[in-house]
Amino acid sequence: MKKTLLSASAVCLAMAVPFGSVMADENADLIINGELEITVRAPAPAHMEGSGISEIMSGWVFRATETQAFEMDDFENPGMIFTEAAIDAWNTVEGEAGESCASCHGTPEDMAGVSAVYPRWNEGAGEVRTMTTQINDCRTEQMGAEAWDYDKNDMLNMQALLASVSRGMPVDVAIDGPAAETWEMGRELYYTRTGQLDLSCANCHEQNYGNLIRADHLSQGMINGFPTYRLNNARLNGVHSRFRGCVRDTRAETYSVGSPEFVALELYVASRGNGLSVEGPSVRN
Amino acid sequence: MKRILLSAFAAGFGTIAIAETAPSDVTFGDYGQVEMSVSGAAGDPAAGREIMANRGKGNCIACHQVTALEEFPFHGEVGPSLDGAGSRWEESDLRGIVTNAKMTFPESVMPAFYMVDGFIRPGNGYTGKAAEGPLDPILTAQEIEDVVAYLMTLQD
Ligand code: HEC
Ligand code: HEC
Repeated sequence: MKKTLLSASAVCLAMAVPFGSVMADENADLIINGELEITVRAPAPAHMEGSGISEIMSGWVFRATETQAFEMDDFENPGMIFTEAAIDAWNTVEGEAGESCASCHGTPEDMAGVSAVYPRWNEGAGEVRTMTTQINDCRTEQMGAEAWDYDKNDMLNMQALLASVSRGMPVDVAIDGPAAETWEMGRELYYTRTGQLDLSCANCHEQNYGNLIRADHLSQGMINGFPTYRLNNARLNGVHSRFRGCVRDTRAETYSVGSPEFVALELYVASRGNGLSVEGPSVRN
Repeated sequence: MKRILLSAFAAGFGTIAIAETAPSDVTFGDYGQVEMSVSGAAGDPAAGREIMANRGKGNCIACHQVTALEEFPFHGEVGPSLDGAGSRWEESDLRGIVTNAKMTFPESVMPAFYMVDGFIRPGNGYTGKAAEGPLDPILTAQEIEDVVAYLMTLQD
């Protein structure tokens, strides 16, 4: 029996050598356009006590230096291009009511701070709403226009615009009161191992952040940077699509984009980032 | 019990009677070890080497560094280095770890490579869709043996 050697595995871990991957400067600070300070590291929120994480970190921290650089200048950030299309949409009258986003909400800048508090309980609807469901509610109920597809072009562009005007503001989603039940459901999902690989979000993003998994440098799986422009697929990516990809990679049947499960998971994951800055549209690989 | 036939190999009779043990029939020792070949045959270390690196198969280097596999890029850091694993462990221990690592390391993040039930929302491979019908193990019985044979070559 060689079982006594088991405890050696912790030691071995530190010795594992990554090959050929471009590592991040994990100590870098993010300042956009030389002036907008983004909080990419913050003390973990109280509800994460016992998780083993005392400092929360944006996914930006874990990206390669070149990827990090894209986000430090809006002219280099491909995600910012999509916010311009969204400004047009913001001002365009659509639907039977003859309204635009602008006619109710003024300028996009008037929406500063909104992205920071979503997902959020909506008293009238009696449910937790994501930014997507709220925008679509405005479109169908206020404007008499058609809903936009979840995590698709127009919707992601608008989310990028609304995130961009909140950049630098701390994420601060409410998890108590009427949102508590949804938050608990999200928490449960975060720690549930799924699929034939039998892995939970926590297995990768809580227990193994900072480690390489094959060529990928695992982050804490934060969503403060969404929507994210990914160099891999050269477009904006939504939160639920990212969740879908991660669950699929456990060889599991995923939940669908926009499902109650993913809404709950989004609230929970967002709350793990309470204290980081809103950073969308961010750049990832 | 098909296990009786397996001993044909262990006893050194060559490959006259080969019987595979189904994933659900594998028996584990107190420390998670699996004594006999799950395929009933010996493993091929050269085949095991390929499986270790293949993303669609073992993809072991997703989580483990292995110096002898340096020609394959990108080794992970989620698990310990496997250098010297064949010196550290008995063959039966390694077979148990690759079959279902949780029998040796409770709560491990290492997936079970020869297991077909007890999963939550099992998918149809990496499609994100629900599995259709009974699952196949991630590795076949013979592939398990091939990987074990390769691990045994990793000596200090
Ligand atoms: C098998 C490992 C694994 C599991 C399990 C996993 N992820 Fe991921 N996840 C990754 C990898 C690899 C990346 C890309 C690198 C990174 O940002 O961590 C990633 C990225 C992410 C990102 C993007 C972070 C950013 O800054 O852009 C989010 C959000 C995320 N994961 C959330 C989740 C959630 C929620 C779950 C559970 C439903 C989950 N992940 C399960 C491996 C995993
Ligand atoms: C998702 C991650 C992951 C994958 C994939 C993985 N392992 Fe592991 N493995 C681990 C971890 C983590 C440990 C350490 C045990 C523990 O505490 O969970 C481990 C432990 C081991 C050990 C014991 C190491 C020692 O000497 O202490 C062996 C041998 C091993 N794995 C072989 C393999 C082989 C072979 C494969 C592929 C067929 C594989 N692993 C795939 C995560 C993984």
